[in-house]
Amino acid sequence: MKKTIDARGMQCPLPVIETKKVLKDLTDGMVEVFVDNEIAVQNLTKMAKQMKLKYLSEKITQDHYIVRIELAPKALEDVDKESNANQEAKLASETDQCCPDIREESTVVVLPSDHMGEGNEQLGKALMKGFIYALTELEKLPKTILLYNGGAKLSVEGSDSLEDLKLLESQGVEILTCGTCLNFYEISDKLSVGSVTNMYAIAEIMRKASKIIKP
Amino acid sequence: MGKEIVFCKGGGCTAKLGPEVLKHVLDKLPKVKDPNLLVGFEGSDDAAVYRISDDLAIVQTLDFFPPMVEDPYVFGQIAAANALSDIYAMGGEVKTALNIVCFPEKMDLNILGKILTGGNEKVMEAGGILAGGHSIADADVKYGLSVTGTINPAKIFKNSGVKPKDKLILTKPLGVGIIATANRVGEASNEAMEKAIKSMTTLNKYASEIIRKYEIHACTDVTGFGLLGHLHEMLQNEYTAVLQSKSVPYIKEAYDYANEFLLTAAGQRNRNFVENYIDFETDDFAIQEILFDPQTSGGLLFSINPEDASKILKELESLEMPCAIIGEITKLQEKEIIIK
Repeated sequence: MKKTIDARGMQCPLPVIETKKVLKDLTDGMVEVFVDNEIAVQNLTKMAKQMKLKYLSEKITQDHYIVRIELAPKALEDVDKESNANQEAKLASETDQCCPDIREESTVVVLPSDHMGEGNEQLGKALMKGFIYALTELEKLPKTILLYNGGAKLSVEGSDSLEDLKLLESQGVEILTCGTCLNFYEISDKLSVGSVTNMYAIAEIMRKASKIIKP
Repeated sequence: MGKEIVFCKGGGCTAKLGPEVLKHVLDKLPKVKDPNLLVGFEGSDDAAVYRISDDLAIVQTLDFFPPMVEDPYVFGQIAAANALSDIYAMGGEVKTALNIVCFPEKMDLNILGKILTGGNEKVMEAGGILAGGHSIADADVKYGLSVTGTINPAKIFKNSGVKPKDKLILTKPLGVGIIATANRVGEASNEAMEKAIKSMTTLNKYASEIIRKYEIHACTDVTGFGLLGHLHEMLQNEYTAVLQSKSVPYIKEAYDYANEFLLTAAGQRNRNFVENYIDFETDDFAIQEILFDPQTSGGLLFSINPEDASKILKELESLEMPCAIIGEITKLQEKEIIIK
């Protein structure tokens, strides 16, 4: 059973109180709470954590956040703390300055090719796909991913890594593809994630980076 | 009842802007240098102090906020006690005060009358004179004071300057933010609210007059940023404070309400602001919330030589307000605040 509470427009502690009321009456299922600010999200997740319930939070727009709190009999009683922490980290990523930021301070990943390493190209492509997937699993995400030359093919329609890049973008990672490269390969109209950038921006981002990761 | 709920939308120091947001904005303002400005923005102190002569300086402060209680007279008292407190946190004497009022045009003026009566009583109790004010028609009620006091420039309590081995003393119980919030949603008991009101309407004048007789290394009043937020400002990342959570005075109902998740937005903002500086050796959730709880008209928090601590505490206890030695200062450790 899923119950939804629209607590947008409510001031703390009301979203928490409303949620607590609903949780009390449920034995299983999930409560979905809409709130309009990040602090309310943090207060709700703080409660869920304290009640040892599984929770996820997601930012939809600037004033629409969803917190889902799961309530299942028994099974959740010993919720694996780690998995909760992971989910929280994955979903609570935020650009607001008040929120914990899971992106690592100015780490930049540079992808200059659509395949990883020298040698067999087919193998290289599989490796690159694996690498980008692995990025999504990092505890600390990079701030920016730069794609140029053959790398530009990774962020366009038909790329095997599109979903992973989109996931990264949804967590606040900036995905920037070199415009000249898109033009050269005539795939400008197929860009499907992130935005287009130029060499000035690329140079500036690299200069500012505290760490550059290049597979 | 309906009207009263409109009057009190949840205010007091829980209505303060978050420290992080504020710091961001203030940092961008140019800092003007004047040798007579003894205390200004830099140390995020409680009030400004400007030297007039070698033995005289003026202390200026301003504080106002929306109601956190339903009774307008009590709200006036609390708002005034809170505004006056900044003078006492500096070690000064209150001289004059001006009202700051925001009030809806359509609301019953008797309510405003009660607010101002409550405020005036506190100014008089402080030994000051209410000398005027300014009012604005606004959607919501807000009230407070601009207060001017005097102080000897050699005897200013700054909010930083702690020394290793110092004891930290808090002169009022924590938890009034949580209790006022619980009250707003009808979850607080009358007794809890009475204790909170007693604490919030008590002037810090009396505690300030006692501690003035001693050598105080740092002093502040605990308000919107909570005990830990204000302690963080006091330590300046140069020292560590080791707090004994079991010694910290708080209104006991606040503990239960925190466990009921009657959580304020301001408390969470405080947590976000200082969490990284803190090593919680206790995982008592309610205590954590109480330590982050924004206080309205909270007590004085000060740092003093260990030899003086028990003597001064004894004097403070005569004021019949829960107070205690809550911890001590050490040299800087890995974390700025350690909570046992």
